[in-house]
Amino acid sequence: MDWLADGYGLVLRAFLLTIELGVVAGVFSMLLGVLLAAARVGPVAVLAKAAATYVLVFRNTPLLMVFVFVFVALPKVDIPQLSFFAKGVLALTLYTSAFVCEAVRSGVNSVPLGQAEAARAVGLTFGQTMQEVVLPQAMRAALPPLASVLIALMKNTSVAAAFGLIEATARMRFFTNDNADVRTVIFLVFAIGYVVIVELMSAGAFTLERRWRVAR
Amino acid sequence: MTAGVLFDAPGPRTRARHRVYTVLASVVLLVVAALVVWRLAEAGQFAYDLWEPFVTPVYMKALLVDGLLKTLQMAFTAVTLAVVFGVLFGVGKLSDRGWVRWPCTIVVEFFRAVPVLLLMIFIFFSYGIGDGFGSYWSVVIALTLYNGAVLAEVFRAGIEAVPHGQSEAAYALGMRKTQVMTSILLPQGVKIMLPAIISQCVVALKDTSLGYYILAPGLTAVGKQIYGEFQNQLQTAIVVSALYIACNLVLTAVATWVQHRLVGERRQLEVGGLGLPAQTGEAGGAGHGHP
Repeated sequence: MDWLADGYGLVLRAFLLTIELGVVAGVFSMLLGVLLAAARVGPVAVLAKAAATYVLVFRNTPLLMVFVFVFVALPKVDIPQLSFFAKGVLALTLYTSAFVCEAVRSGVNSVPLGQAEAARAVGLTFGQTMQEVVLPQAMRAALPPLASVLIALMKNTSVAAAFGLIEATARMRFFTNDNADVRTVIFLVFAIGYVVIVELMSAGAFTLERRWRVAR
Repeated sequence: MTAGVLFDAPGPRTRARHRVYTVLASVVLLVVAALVVWRLAEAGQFAYDLWEPFVTPVYMKALLVDGLLKTLQMAFTAVTLAVVFGVLFGVGKLSDRGWVRWPCTIVVEFFRAVPVLLLMIFIFFSYGIGDGFGSYWSVVIALTLYNGAVLAEVFRAGIEAVPHGQSEAAYALGMRKTQVMTSILLPQGVKIMLPAIISQCVVALKDTSLGYYILAPGLTAVGKQIYGEFQNQLQTAIVVSALYIACNLVLTAVATWVQHRLVGERRQLEVGGLGLPAQTGEAGGAGHGHP
């Protein structure tokens, strides 16, 4: 385990970058995804169509191709260039927001029509209907799919390894290069790092889900 | 527009306001599109030279045969193997014996939590490189392990979705556990699982692109060669992505059709993140494979 004794700082820094990518891209994906979902369920047909097209395109394009667009194709168009980290976040956000949009939309669609009708019937305004009746229920329904989208995002940050960001996956590649004899151990250490992150996220989602559950 | 859960049926004033929004939104979208087109034109990205490879038979053939066909082959092989892996481990997770159940659960959870690329890099540089089995099989094996683990979860959920009365009745008739599984539960479960399995093909197909990192054959490899030669990165990326999107749309359409055919309006089986219970997605939401 000499490699780990010498390099644990590098391992930690790599996982820190993985988490940073995941968190920053996660926040932006949530913002963009919620906006897209609002456009998709809103009353303006043009916006709904535009958001639907966005989701269709980005859900069916491999994440790697999105990275190719951002890292390889964008420099060909003469616009100010972003840092590597910002590019990674951009690619992950473009891709993940399409899935966030679908998760949020399915949450909104899962609220029974009668709920909103009843809210209107007792005289709540649009704002009250949203705030007191529709959104709380939609949020609960959207939580499990959102959690799996964000977990997938955390795992997807590994694609950035192919584009020069030294996060956990790229770091594993360097370590296995230099310590070929203990490859399997190195792989297991990094894999378990990911497993821990993912299990923590899913435990968090599970707790939230239980706390928010309503008896029906 | 009829009243939905979000909005009441609009009256004349609301409709007028929506028309204003529509015009505004259209203008904004058009301006954005125009800016993009203008930027691309400024950068000379519409030059015929850059697009020429995609109407040249030699390169078209390379893209379709060495690229698309290889990619589809990889995805198909991986999904086929993943189904076998998934059945074994999915049934294993349902076993009554702890010494079968626990290892299966650990293996499935492990491969679901580890990024495919990490797996792929490890497999390639440990067993694939040099005299090993090469980059093609490294991609296939990595995809098999990941998708197999996801499918194991799908199978488990699908089998558990078969009503309890079915297995109880089978036991009452004196069937053995294996018989109950193979002649009662699996045949009925498959109907529920099939759309989810096809959706998983979309995920596998998209993930074949990760072979880019280990120089595996496929669409991304051919694309890399083409833009290396012509310096048409943007155009190649557009064409390659379009090919992926087209394949995925076909798969999604098949999944939706199978869903309506076999399961009717029932919601599609969907397996959430780790540790989260399997849940049902919206009806017809086929192709919502997790990213």
